[in-house]
Amino acid sequence: MRIPCPICGTRDRREFTYKGAAVLLDRPSPEADAASWDAYLHLRDNPAGRTRDLWFHDAGCAAWLVVERDTISHEIFGAELLDAD
Amino acid sequence: MRIDGKGRIDRSKKISFRFDGFEYKGFSGDTLASALMGSGVRVMGRSFKYHRPRGVLTAGSEEPNALVTVRSGARTDPNTRATTQELYDGLEAVSQNRWPSLGFDLLAMNNLAAPFLGAGFYYKTFMWPKAFWERVYEPFIRRAAGLGALSGEPVDEHYEKAFAFCDVLVIGGGPAGLMAALTAGRVGANVILCNEDSEFGGNLLSEDEKIDGQDGAFWARSVIDELRAMPNVRLMARTTVTGAYDQGTFGALERVSQHVADPAGAPVECFWRIAAQRAVLCAGALERPIAFRDNDRPGVMLAGAARAYLNRWGVTPGQSVAVFANNDAAHKTARDMAAAGLHVAALIDSRTDARPGADVPFHAGAQVTRAFGSKGLEAIAVRAADGHEERFHVDALAVSGGWNPSLHLTCHTGARPVWDDDIAAFVPRPEAVPGLTVAGAARGIFDTSGCLRDGAEAGRAAAEALGLKARLPDLPDAEDAPYRIRRLWAVPGKGRAWLDFQNDVTVKDVQQAARENYRSVEHMKRYTTQGMATDQGKSSNVAALAILADATGRDIPETGTTTFRPPYHPIAIAAMGAGAQGVGFAPQRFTTSHKASVERGAPMIEAGLWYRPSYFPRPGETTWRQSCDREVAMVRETVGICDVSTLGKIDLQGADVGAFLDFVYCNTFSTLKPGRVRYGLMLREDGHVMDDGTTARLSDNQWVMTTTTAAAGEVMMHLEWVHQAFCREMDVRFISVTEQWAQFAVAGPKSRDLLNGLLDAPIDDAAFPFMQCGPVSVMGVAARLFRISFSGEHAYELAVPSRYGDSLFRELLARAEAMEGGAYGMEALNVLRIEKGHITHSEIHGRTTAFDIGFARMVSAKKDCIGKVMAARPGLQDAAREQLVGLRPVKAQARLLAGGHLFRPDEAPVRENDQGYITSVGFSPTLGEARALGFLQNGRARHGEEVKMVDHMRGVETLCEVCDPVAFDSDGGRLRG
Repeated sequence: MRIPCPICGTRDRREFTYKGAAVLLDRPSPEADAASWDAYLHLRDNPAGRTRDLWFHDAGCAAWLVVERDTISHEIFGAELLDAD
Repeated sequence: MRIDGKGRIDRSKKISFRFDGFEYKGFSGDTLASALMGSGVRVMGRSFKYHRPRGVLTAGSEEPNALVTVRSGARTDPNTRATTQELYDGLEAVSQNRWPSLGFDLLAMNNLAAPFLGAGFYYKTFMWPKAFWERVYEPFIRRAAGLGALSGEPVDEHYEKAFAFCDVLVIGGGPAGLMAALTAGRVGANVILCNEDSEFGGNLLSEDEKIDGQDGAFWARSVIDELRAMPNVRLMARTTVTGAYDQGTFGALERVSQHVADPAGAPVECFWRIAAQRAVLCAGALERPIAFRDNDRPGVMLAGAARAYLNRWGVTPGQSVAVFANNDAAHKTARDMAAAGLHVAALIDSRTDARPGADVPFHAGAQVTRAFGSKGLEAIAVRAADGHEERFHVDALAVSGGWNPSLHLTCHTGARPVWDDDIAAFVPRPEAVPGLTVAGAARGIFDTSGCLRDGAEAGRAAAEALGLKARLPDLPDAEDAPYRIRRLWAVPGKGRAWLDFQNDVTVKDVQQAARENYRSVEHMKRYTTQGMATDQGKSSNVAALAILADATGRDIPETGTTTFRPPYHPIAIAAMGAGAQGVGFAPQRFTTSHKASVERGAPMIEAGLWYRPSYFPRPGETTWRQSCDREVAMVRETVGICDVSTLGKIDLQGADVGAFLDFVYCNTFSTLKPGRVRYGLMLREDGHVMDDGTTARLSDNQWVMTTTTAAAGEVMMHLEWVHQAFCREMDVRFISVTEQWAQFAVAGPKSRDLLNGLLDAPIDDAAFPFMQCGPVSVMGVAARLFRISFSGEHAYELAVPSRYGDSLFRELLARAEAMEGGAYGMEALNVLRIEKGHITHSEIHGRTTAFDIGFARMVSAKKDCIGKVMAARPGLQDAAREQLVGLRPVKAQARLLAGGHLFRPDEAPVRENDQGYITSVGFSPTLGEARALGFLQNGRARHGEEVKMVDHMRGVETLCEVCDPVAFDSDGGRLRG
């Protein structure tokens, strides 16, 4: 598996560390209710198909990336930095 | 035997080798199989289950029968295919799975018991009595069945792994692969051409065939010469591409030195990971046999293999031969055999409308019904189209049931192949692996002319996909005979007709599996063992599933195939794990004081990847405890030196570092003044403690954070995450400087005296109170000094750029020793911190909260931070939670053990009564007794109570008193003094 890092170029998967679904970016406010925090921390979809997940390029540029890929075909559609709004 | 004037071997170079202790001669260019055949050896192995004598079936890596063990001792290489082992002077090979010898094998009695050993016999026969499986049945089966054995000794040979990158990876160096590489290479693409064989040319080496009027092998050599001259083309012979993975990644095994007597330092094998933009699979096709009674007799081989042995190596399995086929291509075997002067007794074609492709006795619509002879073929029975049977005395039979495209790699990422009725074989599904195209015989094009064109077109398409302008080279003239076949998988009749030679699976076994309702091809495989072991059924799977389809009344596409998984052929674990044996298993990180510590005899212990000194033994000390006790006393009474460089050090800079730290630490940092140090506690977002450490503010905009040794990488990743995900507007930049600074603890009542002898300007308590930091000069070197203490003593940590680490450590030791002090190691460090109730990752092990360790008040109410919301969950604040406590044994000499669990003294030590556990233990020479830290339900309110420690593993029970975690100098007078 190879991930196209926007900074370093396409690199082998072993340069990266996986964290989980990109919903982890949507941190609730401290005032949000317990259900929101529970969902944020613990509840995840398990999609057969497209996902967006977080990878850390720890053996490279130390950028956190959102990688969009397909869990069935393993196709990788792209990777972007967290600040690429 | 050898045929004069045939073959591409070098008859001027004779080679001696040994097989089962006997010496034989072969020629340069021979494989072990061809040389044995040339010497008249017919039996090369015994079968897995029945120990039937077996000869060579194929001429390639798909060989199921001729598996031998080469070399000896630690270099033993079992299950080596004689068909791919190149001959070298002094090669030693022995046969496998026979006792006492290949010719006379006592375990062949299994063959007589065959009626009881059919499909599923393991599951039926060896079930009762139950206890017998482990003690009787399994050991017996393991001895009786099997292939070669490992030596059991550690590998003392050298293996390698390597990485390669290319524009176009061409897999297979036959006609299609050569044209693909040539077409892409000529327009400048970076090409890697991998060829499993030692020589390029594929089938052209095995056929008596012309290309552009010249010998096919000669033409292949001219193409290779052109490719070799291209700087953008890399030729890799003896390299099998073993797996296709996601995003153009391929695994490949290069056999580097198995073909030479003296590797001269070269590795045995090299495992490659190749990243390719595009790939062209030109892996050719594999021939399959037709099953009939006793078709496993030595001398029965595939028709294409028989041609290869004749045309490439100049050997034949017999003098009087017959050919049995269901397709035109196999007629070439009869033609070539006859042309070489051998007696071709019969060309038998199961198709009634077949036309002879050779001038030999021809039998259309006939079938071979049986083979005779035990250790070698003696005769065959043939049933003619009109039903009458005839016997032919032959010592070799070439069989062809057609060809299966080598599409394995196209299925490695999950795609299934497609059935093609015209060629009665599976072909690759188009676009099965993104970026990979298939050309030539690997997709069912079996004539040489078609393969050349298809390869060229695939090469052009690959180059164009990369944006290169490519054109087709001129296509040479070559053989273009159509491939005609009519299905025949097995000849009906009595007796055992063999499908999978390696696992001894017969047509009846497959039919029996179907009858017993193992109708799925995957179930049939596991029930019969069809297609398992080293050859993975390369020559037998398609016939087996066709027979299963027939037995279950389905067609072949509906029945489907089993799953193709990497690797294509066996890979030694030593190759995949090359470099990772012993110390190579993980990188080693050494501190700057490593050399000096080892010189002083300190045993080094691993801390993650780091190596740290356990203790520093002195003359007269015979146990680690003596050294440890002395080192603890030394720190408490004079001064000790300890390398603490392994702690993570992160340099943070920017105007917003304070605000950033407020968010990652649960306590406040923005109020910290320059020149001051603060202890910080970091939580995970789920409210549990992640790590702790001190952070110093060196100036307005520069801070340096320390992490624990264990969590340095995790904390760095966490900081990057928090910064990039939630705080990107903050003016903060940070980088790990763990390796850049050597840092030493100078701890004990005499620590300041020691430093004042060393620093260029002395310090005092007013300028350097507890938790102060600042720049200092050490013998002219700019350094950083921190007044922090993990030991609980008046202590400092002195940091210098790493290049000064070794000399500073030696200087510190010399000065400490002059003051009755010295170096201390991890054992003493641990005792010192247990005496002080300081936590490590033994306590913050991922399941404890700030509340549990008694630091709940550190979680600032004035700001948000990572983990704050979830730390406030009711369940994490419950008084009944297990809380950090100290423990001491009620009886002085009683043992405390880390990992022991805590119970009320009057309750049974069972899980329901579990009240907590011990995390850290040490003997405190300061207090004269063992001391432990642990977690106990509602422990903070239970100081003074007695609890019972039970270590079920070691059978130890000790009555303890619960006490404050801080056992020594609880008001901190020593560290402030």
